[in-house]
Amino acid sequence: MDMNAYLSMFIDESNDHLQALNENLLRLENSPDDLSIVQDIFRSAHTLKGMSATMGFEDLAHLTHEMENVLDLVRNGKLKMDSHIFDTLFRGLDALESMVRDIVGGGTGKLDVSELVGQLRKIVSGEYTAAAETVAAAEAPAGTGTPQAGEAVLDQFQYSVLQQSLGTGHRVYQAVVTLRGDCVLKSARAYMVFNVLEQAGEVVKSLPSVQDIEQEKFDSSFTVFLISQWAADELKKRIEDISEIESVHVTELDAEALSALSKPSQPSGPARPADGQDKPKAAGSAPAGAADRRPATGAVASKTIRVDIERLDVLMNLFSELLIDRVRLEQLASEIKSAELTETVEHMARISADLQNIVLKLRMVPVETVFNRFPRMVRDLAKSLNKKVDLVITGAETELDRTVIDEIGDPLVHLLRNSVDHGIEPPEKRREAGKPETGTVHLRAFHSGNNVFIEIEDDGGGIRRDKVLATAVKRGIITEEQGKSMTDEEVYMLIFSPGFSTAEQVSDISGRGVGLDVVKSKINSLGGSVTVTSELGKGTVFSIQLPLTLSIISAMLIKLGSEKYAIPLSSIMETTIVKRSQIHNIHGSAMIEFRGAIIPVVSLAEVLDSPDYDDRREEECEAVIIRKGDKWAAVLVDDFLGQSDIVLKSLGKYLSGYSVISGATILGDGQVALIIDPNALIK
Amino acid sequence: MGEELKVIVFSLAGEQYGIEVDKVRTIERMMPVTRVPKTPPFVKGVINLRGVVTPVIDLRGRFGLPEAETTENSRIITVQVNDIEVGFIVDSANDVIDIDSDKIEAPPEVVGGVKAKYLRGVAKLDDDRLLIMLNLVEVLNKDEIIQLEQLGSES
Repeated sequence: MDMNAYLSMFIDESNDHLQALNENLLRLENSPDDLSIVQDIFRSAHTLKGMSATMGFEDLAHLTHEMENVLDLVRNGKLKMDSHIFDTLFRGLDALESMVRDIVGGGTGKLDVSELVGQLRKIVSGEYTAAAETVAAAEAPAGTGTPQAGEAVLDQFQYSVLQQSLGTGHRVYQAVVTLRGDCVLKSARAYMVFNVLEQAGEVVKSLPSVQDIEQEKFDSSFTVFLISQWAADELKKRIEDISEIESVHVTELDAEALSALSKPSQPSGPARPADGQDKPKAAGSAPAGAADRRPATGAVASKTIRVDIERLDVLMNLFSELLIDRVRLEQLASEIKSAELTETVEHMARISADLQNIVLKLRMVPVETVFNRFPRMVRDLAKSLNKKVDLVITGAETELDRTVIDEIGDPLVHLLRNSVDHGIEPPEKRREAGKPETGTVHLRAFHSGNNVFIEIEDDGGGIRRDKVLATAVKRGIITEEQGKSMTDEEVYMLIFSPGFSTAEQVSDISGRGVGLDVVKSKINSLGGSVTVTSELGKGTVFSIQLPLTLSIISAMLIKLGSEKYAIPLSSIMETTIVKRSQIHNIHGSAMIEFRGAIIPVVSLAEVLDSPDYDDRREEECEAVIIRKGDKWAAVLVDDFLGQSDIVLKSLGKYLSGYSVISGATILGDGQVALIIDPNALIK
Repeated sequence: MGEELKVIVFSLAGEQYGIEVDKVRTIERMMPVTRVPKTPPFVKGVINLRGVVTPVIDLRGRFGLPEAETTENSRIITVQVNDIEVGFIVDSANDVIDIDSDKIEAPPEVVGGVKAKYLRGVAKLDDDRLLIMLNLVEVLNKDEIIQLEQLGSES
């Protein structure tokens, strides 16, 4: 049986039972004769025992079992509850809690419970009762003085104060003062003790707290940590001089003892005095105590909740609707020009921007979920190819929209396979080239602006331009003439052409000529792009640029006659005005000179078959300079309408696959505007 | 007796057509349609159907019938078949009727100028009217659109 499936249920239920045990024990302390409470406690303990035994947490089951034995006696009236039994049961509970916490944190829930078990057994066998009165008194201070399981006696601040005093030559004492059992005005006595202590030096910490002592919220003893110049004997004597003092133990602490006291003996949440000293307080504030305790135990388990992705999609859709209305409101406000309305709309705009951030963040998933299968894949690949390859992953925590994460896996597998298969050379070759035998493939993810970049870098042989060109010519992708005038980058991009493969041998891993072109179209369909840089003999870098989200983008709205279109801002470099006289006809294509470069001019009206706009009639044209990789183009439009956050909507399955249009959005006036894919405008 | 079918009746170029009610999502009055470039002529564009961008096709055009100006009576019937949601522009939407599936007969080769493969059959109604039942899967067949497009680009 797979226990993991039940683990979360077990944790939830154990927490509930521990909570119930705590509350009921506190209630019982208040009214020790109410046997119905004992029944409740017994039931909780019994269930807890059964569950932990089933789940194989033996220490947990063992301890619960012993506690149950004690409770059984109490239930049957064979044993009367007293402070020692309570103490022990509470300590047992604390131990149970820390075990459950360990399980929540992924541990095995193991804990040495022999001491507690021993004490519980003693209670059952009745060995302890005879000595109870005296032992309780003697044991209580010991219990207070020594760090309890799961408790840091000193917090970080107190520790550092004490530590520094030691450094400056002061002495640090731990004094355990026990008042006589028949002492009537305990707080008054304690006050006198504190008086003496304050003469002696400075009290850094007292257990229980000074307030509790003042209100007599302690049994018969308390512990103080103090800094003093006095000798231990002197201190002891002065305290013993006060009447009704049963005993005083003064221990001088060195640095080592201090650090032991400042560290919890096991990972544990809120410190609770395991002794019964805070009995009245505990009983009085049981609900509060219980509330405090709860988050500490359940924290790990309830930090995240699982939400159906569909609900997030619904949320996203609703938010999109809101965004459309917001844009509409903004338009109305600017028309009406009412200051109050404008103010309200502006406020709403700010809130919706925050909301948008949160909604988008909800959909973000670290790329780790995709990356974590790669080390194994690369290892297996390298083995089957007799190569030595290290995969170094950085930035796995980078977050991407879920939709992108779901789609990016396959392209990355292709590129990684390509790097290991074609990039990294066999060990002999690497040795000849003076490189370490083990090749390295870096897989990096990082944010930059509104984009996420994923890079795959290998230190292999690099791409051989001549080989790529020869293959491209052979496959009829380009002519020899074209090849000569191409830049290195253009040549490298040829490997993404359909039907291209440079592998001389077709291997299982890659090189079937399908693959890289699929990678490119997949990445393009995600609104991203892929580029290659390579240095012969040094290696190759594939860089994938992806949009942070696929849901909401910033876009420039433009007009083309009666029609409106949106161009994603991410690919717009700038806007400008182009005069007809500036457009030159070079080799049958329109070009303009722009910032010292000759870039092609694209007539959007022509590309989109605009029914009522023709830029050829215009003397001056607005133009958007767009970029794809390092290629630029000037896109002629009718007019700019402004910049806006738009919600990406699909055109629906029926119209999918029309390359110039990547989607649609709904404008403030309810009209649909199409989103232009700038990548399709640059050939 | 076969099973009862609830059918939306609409008219197109003087003929009565029927679509099963469970395939129909909404019937809308004409609304602004945004043209989508580079699509076959019968694809009129997309509309904003309560926040969902929905393609609209002119059924006349789809069936190769002469196109007509839309009128006051024109309606957009949105249908959903196999995840594809599309609006049909029709001359008018008239009625919802019950017909007996036994009464649907295989269509002759061409009915009212519409190719048989787009039709599921012809139902004879009680008042001797003929109701042409559409085969939506074929009407929305994308492969055919792609073929049409290629024909268009070659010619």
